[in-house]
Amino acid sequence: MSLPDIEQVFTELADNLKTYLKEQGIDDPLLVGIRTGGVWVAERIQQALNINEAGSLDISFYRDDFTRKGLHPQVQGSDLPDSVEDRHILLVDDVIMSGRTIRAAMNELFDYGRPASITLVCLLDIGRRELPIQPDLCGATLILSSDELIKLSGPQPLSISLA
Amino acid sequence: MRYLKIEQARLIDPSLQLDTVTDVYVAEGRIKAIGRKPESGVIEQSIDGRGQWLVPGFVDLGAHLAEPGFAQKGAIASETYAACSSGFTHVCALPDTKPVVDNSAIVQQILEKAQQACFAHVLPLGALTPDLAGEQIASMASLQDAGCVALSNARQPFKSSYVLRRVLEYAATYDLLVFLTPDDVSLSAGGSMHEGPVATRMGIPGIPRTAETIALAQMLLLVEQTGVRAHISQISCGRSLVMLRQAREAGMRITADTPLANLIYTDESVIGYNSLYKVLPPLRTEVDRQALLAAVNAGELAISSNHRPHDVAAKKTTFIDAQPGMSMFDGFLPLALQLVEKGELTEAAFITAVCSKPAAVLGFEHGLQEGQLFNAALIDPNQERCFRRSHLLSQGRNSPVAGLTLKGAATAVFVDGRKVI
Amino acid sequence: MTTNPNNVQLTADGRLKHFLTTEGLSKALLTEILDTADSFISTQERAIKKVPLLRGKTVVNLFFENSTRTRSTFELAAKRLSADILNLDIARSATSKGETLMDTLWNLEAMYSDVFVVRHADSGAAHFIAEQVTPHVAIINAGDGRHAHPTQAMLDMLTIRRHKGSIEGKVVAVVGDILHSRVARSQIYALNTLGAAEVRVIGPRTLLPRDIGGLGCKVFYKLEDGLKDCDVVIMLRLQQERMQDALLPAGSEFYKQYGLTVDRLKLAKPDAIVMHPGPINRGIEIESTVADGAQSVILNQVSYGIAVRMAVMAMAMSGQQQERNERAQMEL
Repeated sequence: MSLPDIEQVFTELADNLKTYLKEQGIDDPLLVGIRTGGVWVAERIQQALNINEAGSLDISFYRDDFTRKGLHPQVQGSDLPDSVEDRHILLVDDVIMSGRTIRAAMNELFDYGRPASITLVCLLDIGRRELPIQPDLCGATLILSSDELIKLSGPQPLSISLA
Repeated sequence: MRYLKIEQARLIDPSLQLDTVTDVYVAEGRIKAIGRKPESGVIEQSIDGRGQWLVPGFVDLGAHLAEPGFAQKGAIASETYAACSSGFTHVCALPDTKPVVDNSAIVQQILEKAQQACFAHVLPLGALTPDLAGEQIASMASLQDAGCVALSNARQPFKSSYVLRRVLEYAATYDLLVFLTPDDVSLSAGGSMHEGPVATRMGIPGIPRTAETIALAQMLLLVEQTGVRAHISQISCGRSLVMLRQAREAGMRITADTPLANLIYTDESVIGYNSLYKVLPPLRTEVDRQALLAAVNAGELAISSNHRPHDVAAKKTTFIDAQPGMSMFDGFLPLALQLVEKGELTEAAFITAVCSKPAAVLGFEHGLQEGQLFNAALIDPNQERCFRRSHLLSQGRNSPVAGLTLKGAATAVFVDGRKVI
Repeated sequence: MTTNPNNVQLTADGRLKHFLTTEGLSKALLTEILDTADSFISTQERAIKKVPLLRGKTVVNLFFENSTRTRSTFELAAKRLSADILNLDIARSATSKGETLMDTLWNLEAMYSDVFVVRHADSGAAHFIAEQVTPHVAIINAGDGRHAHPTQAMLDMLTIRRHKGSIEGKVVAVVGDILHSRVARSQIYALNTLGAAEVRVIGPRTLLPRDIGGLGCKVFYKLEDGLKDCDVVIMLRLQQERMQDALLPAGSEFYKQYGLTVDRLKLAKPDAIVMHPGPINRGIEIESTVADGAQSVILNQVSYGIAVRMAVMAMAMSGQQQERNERAQMEL
């Protein structure tokens, strides 16, 4: 299968996001990227849309597979403002697959406070959902065969390859 | 006359300058002939001694036989059998049993048990003070009459130099032999291993060398003053050897022994908090070990077993909480032979240190001579033995050879002519 | 040393599965502990201090020796990892009735716990327990005799890193009763592994083991000499009993010779920090003005303590989990 041009996908996504924010009347969103791939994408979005505030989320302590896999050796910690109370959050990840990462991210966000809203923005959707979680905005959808995995490199330029 | 013949074994008895391959004929419990066939009589039994050593039976100057009082740790029967398996024919039993061997009834009890078991000779050591409390004088004459070969303090302290002086003077009255184990309790109290770099790293309170040397100085000076016959038990450090040499040079007649474990292991064995290596006297440094080996090689020092069997619970706890002691009888022979093989001990020095020297301390005739009682061990230095935990002969669960395969076994042991192993 | 203490505390691929001592752990692993602790510090600063990492797991505080403060920080750390916590004051219960250590452990194992936090008066106790206990339980050493107090040492390392940037190249002095101190030993190993330029121990001869230099430190008997140009000064607590054990004279001589006063602190670098594992004895080892002064980071040490303990519990549990998975795989 042929891989899309990620830079082009990103540009379209950023444009759609701009429109979305205007339509929703959100003028001061909190951009939160999920480590590590989501942080790159969030940085690019921050540049492209000139957003003031950005943070990052390390979901290591909220994963549901601690019993199976243990703690990841490189925990970096989350970096968010003290409270997310009443903020409109743009939760950004590079690839959405099972949906478990997003579930963990949302649980963690709620331990920081009660946001006004969370909008999920993903660069790529590769299907294989295990939870009922869908992106609000998505760059591109890819269908991979069962043994294929996607690898994202970045932050500049963003590119993908099959692993 | 019906003889037991031991064929072509290598007879080694350094005390008689004997080291030769020859035949031995035994009858009526004694050696009847060496190297020549007796004129009359028939050979009832013949043992092939080719490739093996025939040595005088080993004599142990101090072992804890756990009876009376420590049934969960051992018994005279099991411990003397284990002793025989390593070539011992005579074992001195330490008096720190429960109750302490401070009266003739207990001595009798021990001798009876030993006779029932019928393995190695048990030579009871009586207590120098009642209950080993270090305060008063024990009934030494009765203990001697009951069968004690010597009296010991079993590492227990004396209340004061005054008490020790009086105890030694009294013993001298009956020309009794005293076994003194030097330990200054005020310096060793709270310690679990040798005080040194290893103890510092492990955070374990240590027992400094001065705990031994200071007590030794006190003992040597009082032995000199009172003129008592004395033997120093369980030396662990080089400094003590220097002091003993000086005493001898000044004309004192004084003998000493060191436990086999202190010739093999050092404080480094404790690393990892292995309570198996918690012993008294403590295992000291390589420098001390080398000094002790040199002294044995020079004929200055006897070797004792310091055998002390323990049950599992006594050792299966923190190092500091564990009871000190190693079960030495099962592995004594192969462990000692390892030292010989490595060249750390000469054959002659080793055999002297466990045969003629201890016998001389105790004052009995012992050796491979025509007319002598036949107390001997036939040893195959190359036979491998696997020491399976479930098959150890001592009841003690604290043997350093458990699970190991080692070379060197006593294929036959004779006590007063009777084949015990 | 010929036997590597890490045979017990690390998995086959070098991950922590028990935390018994800082001795022999690699710089990478110690740094991982500090980094993980750092990320827990940020969770401690927000409104909801809990993370769900150890939810459903049971942590048992097994204190054979009393210590309210250490025990409560471990309790708090466990709770903030969402674990269930059980406090056992063995000092006052079963073993004082004569139950052996092994029996106590077997009874506890029957309760299916995941972590034992152990404090014991005997050096080597945590090591012993780690060797005896069933494979899936993580042992965290909260202090064993004079041997080690690794979590305290790590929170001290974290404190230095947060206030001085890094431990690399620093001159660190540890002052006081080194002889009886498990903290000091753990600190010396950690400081050396993490690249301190020089580790100094300062105290009277009676409180300094003769071979302590062999652990990797320079010995000073005079406080003024040892404090010169230090970046970090760690004061150890002096127990009053030492004055009755024929180790020190009674009265104020110790303070006069080894107390950290404002004047003496000036001998260290001007930006030197003052630390103390606590609880502090004002007027015995440290002057109040110094303890409360600008260079003191003593109170910060306490808050970092919870984060460090969360980190080692999480990492040890993670290592145990890896091993458990591997064992399950092998049985297939």
